[in-house]
Formats: sequence, C-alpha cells, structure tokens
Amino acid sequence: MFETFVSFLIPALVVAAIFVVLLLFVAPRELRTICFRELRSYFFSPIAYVCVVIFLIISNVITFWFGGALERGEAELYGSYFQYIPWYLIVIAPAVGMRLWSEEHRLGTIELLLTMPIAPWHAILGKFLAASVVIFAMLVLSFPVVITMNYLGDPDNGVILAGFTACLLTGLCFLAVTSVISAVTRSQVVALLVSIVLCLALWLGGLNPLVELLDTMRGPGLVFWPAVKLLSSISVMPHFNELAKGVLGFRDIVFFASFIAFCLFTTAMVIRLKRA
Amino acid sequence: MIDVVNICKKFGNKVAVDNLSFSVAKGEVLGFLGPNGAGKSTTMRMVTGYLPPTSGTASIGGADIVENEIAAKSKMGYLPENAPLYTEMTVRDFLRFSAELRGVPKSQVAGAVDKAVETCFLERVYNQSIDTLSKGYRHRTCLAQSIIHDPEVLILDEPTDGLDPNQKHEVRQLIKRMGKEKAIIFSTHILEEVEASCTRAIIIDRGRVIADGTPDSLKARARHAGTVLCRLSGLAGSGIRHELEKIAGVEQVEVVEESDKGLSAHVFAAKARRADLSGAIFGLAKEKNLVLHELHTEDGRLDDLFREITKRDVES
Ligand SMILES: Nc1ncnc2c1ncn2[C@@H]1O[C@H](COP(=O)(O)OP(=O)(O)OP(=O)(O)O)[C@@H](O)[C@H]1O
Ligand SMILES: [Mg+2]
Repeated sequence: MFETFVSFLIPALVVAAIFVVLLLFVAPRELRTICFRELRSYFFSPIAYVCVVIFLIISNVITFWFGGALERGEAELYGSYFQYIPWYLIVIAPAVGMRLWSEEHRLGTIELLLTMPIAPWHAILGKFLAASVVIFAMLVLSFPVVITMNYLGDPDNGVILAGFTACLLTGLCFLAVTSVISAVTRSQVVALLVSIVLCLALWLGGLNPLVELLDTMRGPGLVFWPAVKLLSSISVMPHFNELAKGVLGFRDIVFFASFIAFCLFTTAMVIRLKRA
Repeated sequence: MIDVVNICKKFGNKVAVDNLSFSVAKGEVLGFLGPNGAGKSTTMRMVTGYLPPTSGTASIGGADIVENEIAAKSKMGYLPENAPLYTEMTVRDFLRFSAELRGVPKSQVAGAVDKAVETCFLERVYNQSIDTLSKGYRHRTCLAQSIIHDPEVLILDEPTDGLDPNQKHEVRQLIKRMGKEKAIIFSTHILEEVEASCTRAIIIDRGRVIADGTPDSLKARARHAGTVLCRLSGLAGSGIRHELEKIAGVEQVEVVEESDKGLSAHVFAAKARRADLSGAIFGLAKEKNLVLHELHTEDGRLDDLFREITKRDVES
C-alpha cells in the first residue's frame, strides 16, 4: 500500500504540482486566464464527469472481467489494462475535447476571444491544457487498479508508471486531433464523430496485421494506399507500445511532443483560415 | 484614433465592403448607418481585427490592426453584434475574465468590474448565470465587457439592440458622455440615436459610403428640410391648395391630407424665399379668414434622407 503510494501517486502528484507551478508562475497571464475559464466550464458541465465515470467503469470492467487481471496471476498491467486504454481514449478524448472550439463558434464568443489583446497561441494552448487536465485526472483516478495489483502481488511500479505515461501521451495526441477538428465546425456532434474516426485511423494505422492485409489486397485501384502508408508511419500505436512496456525511448517522447505541437499549430492555421 | 484607409472585404465573389475610408478622432462619436447587409458589421469586424481585410488597412491609435495586432487590440473595446457571451459563466466571472484578458492589472480587476457593473446597471444580476439572463441584460453584460478596461477606442455594433426605452436612453447618454474623451464608432438602425449621441454620421450602402457629415448637415439634405408644414381649415382643401400655390416663391404644395373642410400640406419654396414662407402662409390665413392649426418649418429628418438615398440605390 505504502509502496504504491510512493511509486504511483507521488509521481502523479509531482507532475500535477509542476504543472500548477508552471501555470501559476511561468505561463503568461492570458494563457492562465483562458485555461482556468475552460477548467471551470468543465467543472460545471456534465460532460467531464460523464467521461471520467464512463472511463473508470469501462476500464475496470474490462480489466477484471474480460482482461482476466485476477486469473492471470501475473502482477503486471500491460496485458490486462494498459493495452486497452487507448481504445477507450479514441472515444473519450474527442468527447472531452469536442467543445473546445466548436462551442466558441456556436456561441459567437470566438469573435470576443480573437479581438482580445492576446496571441492566438495563448488561447489554443490554454484550452488544450484545460482538456489535458481532465484526461490526466481521469487516469489518476484509476489508481485503485494499481492498489489492487499491489495488494495481490508485487508488480514493477515503475513499469506501471510508464504505462500511465503512455496512456496520458496517447490521450493528449487524440485531444490535439480533436482540437483541430473542433476548430473546423460549430457542431459538437460533428466534431466528436469526425475526431473519433480520425483517432481510430491514427491508432489502427499502427496495427501491422491490418496494414499487411491492406497491402495484400492492394491492386492498382487502391487509391488510398498512400493514406494508409502515411497513417502507419505517424501512428501513435508503436510509440505507445514501447512506452507502455516500460521502455522510455527518446524517439517516442519526441514523437508525442512533435505530434501534439503539429496539431496545435494546425489548429491555429484552421482558426486563421476560418476568419478569412 | 481610428484610421481606416481603402478597406475592402470580399467573401468569394461578393463584395461586402468596397473601398471604405474614414477616420475618427478623439472626442468624436461616429454613427454608422445603413440598410441590412450594407457591410457595417463586416467593417467593424475588420477594424477590430477579427476579419482580415482583403485589401486596405485599419489602425487604432497608430497601431496597425494586422501588423501590430496586440497593441491595437489593447487600445480598444468591442461589442460584437448579437452580444456573444459564455453562457455558463456568471456575470461576475465573465467580467473578471474579460478584465484579465483585456490587460487590467490584477489589483485593479475588482474595481474595474464594479465600475462596469455600475455603469451598465448590472447590480441586480451580478451573481446570476448568463444563460438565465434576459436579452437586454445579456446585451448590457457584453457592453460592460467592452468598457471594462476604459479603452481609448470603442467599437459598438448595435449597442442598444434589445434594450428597453429607459436603457436605450441611458446607453445613449453613456455613449455621449464617454465620447468626450474617447473615439467611438457605433452602428444602429435607430436614427434618433444618431441625433442623440453622434458628432458625425456615415451612411453606407453595399459597402460604400453614400453620405457623411454631422447629423444636422445630413438632416438638411433630406427632401423636406426647409419646407413648411401647415394645417389650415375654413375652406375646401383644394381651394386652400390653390391659394398656397399662388404665394410668391412657392414651387410645390405636397398634400398630406385633404378634405372639404381643410388640408395639411408641405409647402416647398425656392431657397431664397424660405425665410418668409411661414409669414406669408400666416398672412394668407388672416386675409382669407382661415383657421391655422399648425405651422412649422421642417429641419428635415434623418429617416427621410436614409430612405431616399438607400432606396434610390436599390432602384438603380
Ligand atoms: N462570413 C460571411 N460569408 C459570406 N458573406 C458574408 C459573411 N459575412 C457577411 N457576409 C455578407 O456581407 C454583407 C454585409 O454583411 P454585414 O453583416 O456587414 O451587414 P450589416 O450592415 O451589419 O447588416 P445588418 O444591419 O443586418 O446587421 C452581407 O451581404 C452578408 O451576407
Ligand atoms: Mg450588422
């Protein structure tokens, strides 16, 4: 119990504390103001709670009933828990992020926000961070799984921590994709559906058997083959797998960071183009 | 303070704003008039930096709105059309949020919010959630947001839309008062508002300026400006009309209402004879023993001018 606390919750709290300190003392005031406003509206709207609760229920049900975490008798979480989480995130992250910009378009408040004396990236990053906090909180709230594992056996908590980090970074990638899509449309439903499809494609692109299957079917008529190639080269899955197994690769971290940065930059471009 | 030079906006092939130029100095209140779809909101969106102009430039206090975006935006307050608001926030939180984003120093945020709440009469709904507010209160909340940092330049798109007559009056007074030390542009469809608070008015139609001047000079261009409206009885209407037409200098008698007991009409006269026209009508009444119910010289009405110049454009 104590060991779990030290090895899982302490790092989580440290990350949270660093985030809060950065936000309060380093981030520009405009970014902080926007981030806090967005967090407040998550706090007062049902969507964040619904997402968190559904995530916790599903992840636990799958882990203990279908994943057979208890029968496996091994004290590790990758096989029964982490490998499924991106699948939920494909739906949950778009549900958390769909309102980020589409709501601004729908209410017309984007006209207010963009005529404030702030740089656009303050708004884009501030909103993204607020949604990230929801995903982070969701993952932290699944700590009972870790406690259970520690109670039942003697897992490597460092690997578990790496698993959570992989899930968090994957969630943030999906969130960044959603940010782009929600900047395109004023309808939250459209943003949700399109983002889910894109996140799914981004995930499946890393599924080698699927790519190979498509390759064997490839005739001269398969025009979307380049798209498949592209998706498999930028898929989150291989990076997730490396990280979730406890291999902290520099390349994987760089991949996640640059993927998120690229999506946020694209969000800025979309907002700019929508105005003109 | 506000300088707009040859600004144009095209949406696809459609020209919404066509080569518009104007400037507004400190102490001036510019009324922006025009029929629906004339391009008023589009112009304001370009001046506030929300829409990039297709060509031309706009600058606020010397800072170009495209090149020097943040400096320009921090000098101005903007009330967009339809007063958009974050509906899940309370009035208080929303105003604090706006004050912070608009760069009010931390220690002065509370004071700025209180002042804006007082100016826009929002005390009653201070802690209410915005989605439960009535339309007028929403509009006032958005107005409060635009003046919260006491900007040098104010751009208000239909600031009195949806307000009750008392509030309309208050807002006009507010604009007039603030106009003494700020540069203000506001658009409206209510022409009395222009007379009540503007130092200058521009009428635009299909993206082009079609009239520009002080409210008085614009009124003087209305067709009825300088005519005399009179209502007389004691003779059949047609007889009175005949007498009126015989007065020296009268060019036209435009009947408003005519019966066998009398008439009311606008009397047009040559410019040189206008000064003594009402005297002549009074003399006519005395001489023919008519009863004079009403007699006054028209200043002209902005409504009339507006209708004349924008209708002519539709026909052509
Ligand atoms: N985003 C847009 N895309 C295409 N056309 C647009 C867009 N925004 C405005 N327009 C067109 O530009 C023209 C000017 O619109 P604008 O909103 O500036 O009119 P307005 O003078 O404010 O009218 P109103 O009095 O009704 O508010 C209209 O014909 C409108 O249809
Ligand atoms: Mg308009």
